[in-house]
Amino acid sequence: MDPNLARTYDYEVIKKFSIAAVIYAVVGFLVGVILALELTFPGLNADIPYITFGRLRPLHTSAVIFAFGGSVLFATSYYVVQRTCKARLFSDFLSNLTFWGWNLVVVLVVITYPLGITQGKEYAEPIWPIDLLITVVWVAYFINFVGTLAKRKEPHIYVANWFYLAFIITVAMLHIVNNLAVPVSLTDSYPVFAGVQDAMIQWWYGHNAVGFFLTAAFLGLMYYFVPKQAERPVYSYRLSIVHFWALSFMYIWAGPHHLHYTALPDWASTLGATFSIMLLLPSWGGMINGIMTLSGAWHKLRTDPILRFFIVSLSFYGMSTFEGPMMSIKSVNALSHYTDWTIGHVHSGALGWVAMVSFGALYHMMPKLWGVTLYSTRLVNLHFWLATIGVVIYIVAMWISGVMQGLMWRAYDTFGNLNYSFAETVAAMHPYYLIRSIGGIVFLVGALVMVYNLVMTVRGGAKQTPATAA
Amino acid sequence: MQHSTIEKSIPLMSILTLVLVAIGGIVEIVPLFYIKSTIEKVEGMRPYTPLELKGRDLYIREGCYNCHSQMIRPFRDETERYGHYSLAAESMYDHPFQWGSKRTGPDLARIGGKYSNEWHKAHMLKPQHVVPESVMPAYPWLQENVLKTDDIEKRMQVLSMVGVPYSAEQIANAKQDLAAQASGSSDASGLNKRYGNKVPKADFDGQPDKITELDALVAYLQMLGTLVDFSGQQAKAR
Repeated sequence: MDPNLARTYDYEVIKKFSIAAVIYAVVGFLVGVILALELTFPGLNADIPYITFGRLRPLHTSAVIFAFGGSVLFATSYYVVQRTCKARLFSDFLSNLTFWGWNLVVVLVVITYPLGITQGKEYAEPIWPIDLLITVVWVAYFINFVGTLAKRKEPHIYVANWFYLAFIITVAMLHIVNNLAVPVSLTDSYPVFAGVQDAMIQWWYGHNAVGFFLTAAFLGLMYYFVPKQAERPVYSYRLSIVHFWALSFMYIWAGPHHLHYTALPDWASTLGATFSIMLLLPSWGGMINGIMTLSGAWHKLRTDPILRFFIVSLSFYGMSTFEGPMMSIKSVNALSHYTDWTIGHVHSGALGWVAMVSFGALYHMMPKLWGVTLYSTRLVNLHFWLATIGVVIYIVAMWISGVMQGLMWRAYDTFGNLNYSFAETVAAMHPYYLIRSIGGIVFLVGALVMVYNLVMTVRGGAKQTPATAA
Repeated sequence: MQHSTIEKSIPLMSILTLVLVAIGGIVEIVPLFYIKSTIEKVEGMRPYTPLELKGRDLYIREGCYNCHSQMIRPFRDETERYGHYSLAAESMYDHPFQWGSKRTGPDLARIGGKYSNEWHKAHMLKPQHVVPESVMPAYPWLQENVLKTDDIEKRMQVLSMVGVPYSAEQIANAKQDLAAQASGSSDASGLNKRYGNKVPKADFDGQPDKITELDALVAYLQMLGTLVDFSGQQAKAR
């Protein structure tokens, strides 16, 4: 590419978001490990109210999804949209607004959750002033992204940008509707909706936070970085069209599978399950399109651990998008719902797919941003193995504990009485909670290896100019 | 239409995406505001008393929903363990709903009346004292923190704005009703008149000199799932 063109891009905001992403990754994983240990060794919070499981768990989910995942998406979408449109970001002011605004959101969340200042809706815990701030940042993001698209030199909008655009639009819709509330004070409010309507809207939001924040947007990322790293074109243009529209349309229906056998009417949960099962096709369409992009370049997997991150992340994506539809089948869900199986499923998606594809993108992108080469490929390889082993330990522990929990709850003895008290099922989880903690720690250590590697990479860049003089 | 037409137009692609992602939600959400099974009222349902409402706010503050569900599914093991399956009407005044998604601890939809106030106090102070296998953290600060009641009228007003039928009389007497329910000894005729005789009244935390957060939380737990009377149906089922 024309090197002069690259000089016109706004890389500063991308650098900032990349650094934020790396920091938030470590924070989010660390809080996750603390939570896992709290369930393994109760009383670990030493009676400190600010770090009880109930107050810390939303911090973990928000830190990994919105702080880490969000920063990765801001960074990569700004990177991808500039390079595919051959145009500088629409507005430096809006770029900075999104960076500082988003980080202000994160800081406010980190302060409010441990104090117990929360809206009490899963994955939408921020209180109303923070929700308003998120809305402002999001509108700025939309304008900045679309404004850049409008400056493109190519007539076609590249496929990665379709996914980012769908993500921005859909998240705006979900965020606004799910957070409608009437304030009581600066820190308190009551949602407009109640009971079964609130439940449906919450999981319409919640499942599509998965569907668009953690899936569609990261598929956009995948559509740029996998072909780049493999130095191959996207496997099938036609497949990308079909699976983009199918995924966008079908995902939104899947929410009610979180509410099987509840007071939600049967037709709604059946509809949710039906679309969840159909979702297997567009999901695997994306996976196949990503993995098959390597056709003719498979040998690169032997030498390129970054590419390995991408391929394994797509494999986890394929696995968890098979598991998800299966768990949305009502008779499977009757067993899996309320158990650790769900936690395992979420983590095979969040760690295996989202985090791994993000690591790959950061390793690919950060040296280019700073104009240096990566400090150590061997450390990327070490990180790759730590991450993979950590995820596998984690999800296998949760599969076992989840299925066991479900079976113990419904077990009857020979006299037709419930076989286990609830407390007995809690005790039975202990070894798996310990194993899960170990898996989480291994994954966290991997992330720390990444931090070291990227810090050395960026610092190497700073040293490079004087080094040539010496 | 060729796909390249869409691919070349930002407005076209944006609008098509928005329309497409809006459909599913509209079909699944809008009917819930109109169909009988999701809006019908059930006998016995009433808004939370001021003390219960404060307790519910604390339940949300502490993030109890992260480990406890309030939604019993219609399975034999669940109804035997927890009681009658949950009805939509039973959470009609819950802003936000507290059905939860995980049972690290047991379901609480019908925890009300199953244990004594003393048990709840002991359990909140140190769960492992009453349930050795428990992985729940202790909540000792609840019995120390005096309950903040200055915003109770405002809270009830906001809830009435979003559809909870609090009367002007209920809002005006909020502080009085709250104190009456938490003392267990003072005159509760006003509280009974406004919320019914069944409202559990007690010095829930065993500290008669003050009304604490523990009073409110236990009052909330003790009424969960007790409003609708299922005894008639159960008799028939036998």
